[in-house]
Amino acid sequence: MEINKDLIAASSTPIVLAILAEADSYGYAILARVRELSAGGIEWTDGMLYPVLHRLERLGYVEARWELAESGRRRKYYSITVQGSAQLVEERRQWQAVDATLRSIWQAFADPVTTGGSVSAAPLMQPAR
Amino acid sequence: MTSTPTAVSLENQIDQWRTYLRRRQAIHTVDVAELEDHLREQVAGLTGAGLAADEAFLVAVKRMGNLDTLSREFALEHSERLWKQLVVVPSDAAGAERRTQSEELVAFGLAAVAAVSVKVPELFGLRIERDADIWLRNAMFFVLPPLTVYFVWKRRLHAGVVRWLMAAFVLAAVFANLYTLSADSSNFVLTVLHVPIALWLVVGVAYAGDRWRQVAGRMDFIRFSGELFIYYVLIALGGGVFTGFLVLMFEMIGIKAEFFVQQWLIPSGAAGAVLVASWLVEAKQSVIENMAPVLTRLFTPLFAVLLVAFLVTLLVTGRGVSIERDMLIAFDGLLVMVLALLLYSISARDPQAPAGVVDVMSVVLVVSALLADAVALWAISAPISEFGASPNRVAALGVNAILLVNLGRSAIFYFSFLRGHGAFTAVERWQTQYLPVYAVWAAIVVALFPPLFGYI
Repeated sequence: MEINKDLIAASSTPIVLAILAEADSYGYAILARVRELSAGGIEWTDGMLYPVLHRLERLGYVEARWELAESGRRRKYYSITVQGSAQLVEERRQWQAVDATLRSIWQAFADPVTTGGSVSAAPLMQPAR
Repeated sequence: MTSTPTAVSLENQIDQWRTYLRRRQAIHTVDVAELEDHLREQVAGLTGAGLAADEAFLVAVKRMGNLDTLSREFALEHSERLWKQLVVVPSDAAGAERRTQSEELVAFGLAAVAAVSVKVPELFGLRIERDADIWLRNAMFFVLPPLTVYFVWKRRLHAGVVRWLMAAFVLAAVFANLYTLSADSSNFVLTVLHVPIALWLVVGVAYAGDRWRQVAGRMDFIRFSGELFIYYVLIALGGGVFTGFLVLMFEMIGIKAEFFVQQWLIPSGAAGAVLVASWLVEAKQSVIENMAPVLTRLFTPLFAVLLVAFLVTLLVTGRGVSIERDMLIAFDGLLVMVLALLLYSISARDPQAPAGVVDVMSVVLVVSALLADAVALWAISAPISEFGASPNRVAALGVNAILLVNLGRSAIFYFSFLRGHGAFTAVERWQTQYLPVYAVWAAIVVALFPPLFGYI
């Protein structure tokens, strides 16, 4: 699914932080996890993840370290910091507020839909369900 | 353990991709390593899913995203990199980092050699305060041989070329010290001034290496010279502040540091700084926009306006120019300035670009400088024939003639370029071909003037 750039930029911080809150990870695995969680619904351009990770590192939300992967190559692992966890809580609060607002308005759209014929807004509810 | 052809070509492809990525200034080596790990993982995943290696590579690269967009994102996140990056990672991949490190070592090692060599004559009983003339005559021999060694090392020059460079230095050393000249004689001053000019060409040959015969190689040397000058001035400013604090702080605890400053810090620092500045120019080139062209952009219009204003005032008021004979040297300085402005606007110019405002400015600058110089020459022509030739006058006239020929010819090339008849490269080629002329003239002044003018 095509998701606009602004939305990707805004959602990338909580998504990456949440994935790192599960466990330490590295770029490729983070992307794989995003794909898995969204069931293929969100496709990031692979390279773009790295500037995001570097920004989070600069802000102190994540820490990076180089480790030797089982493949024998050096790999950069990221882990969430205390500050990052706090940020994740904050992000979550904000996104829930946005999500709640959108749900209400979709609901308002949906009510006439269920009684009277087809309105194009209906498929949009799919991700929320 | 035979590596299959596909495995080899995959490595090749990844190599190429890595090289391509490394050229992006905003993406550092560590980032490239991180992205490469990602790419390999992706390729492994895709081949595991049944894709052929080259297909997997293509898909992985595509998923990585457009490299321009990517490097823009990196640049946004790491905007400081475009400024602060002191050590450039060369774009050729293997061993690049090691080379950068050893270059630092070599450069600073040679800087130390230059700094120490300044003190070597003292081992033979010479004293800098008493025998300053020895140091002045030989100042360049403390600095330029190490600098040449740096380029010989960096460009991996052949032994044949190195022999010629050594011969040039030996010859220069002989002529710089051959004649007995008193420290206040004209010929002494001329020698001190001209030895560096002649030897700078030797450095140029080492700098350009195999590319000395090409216009581009010599043009790079011109760029290098300008940037070196600017870096050196900046280092000197910093050094001045440092020295000031040093003297002040030790004075506070009642210790006079002047002796150390005059005997060690300034002479050795000035010598070593040339190497450090050269290394900086080499390391920083192409990282930020070069300074010399920027300054040229600023000052070309200002100098053009100044010269035009001078000529107009001269015409309107009808004032005769009362120029002292020695003022010719001031006009030489002016022509050198104009030539430098011309050179550095050429050096930063895209030869393919059509003529623009800057080019018109340059032509106005050059033509008005030629006219101003003609006025000056006319004004002093009588005094010269009256008082006969002295080394200073002949040297000043010679320089003036050399610069006049250069600027005159440049103006002609530039004119035909502006009128759409010639290519811009003609101006460039003319300037680069002219480089040896300065050195040859300087060599003549050093080697022939003292006997010609009776060692005065």
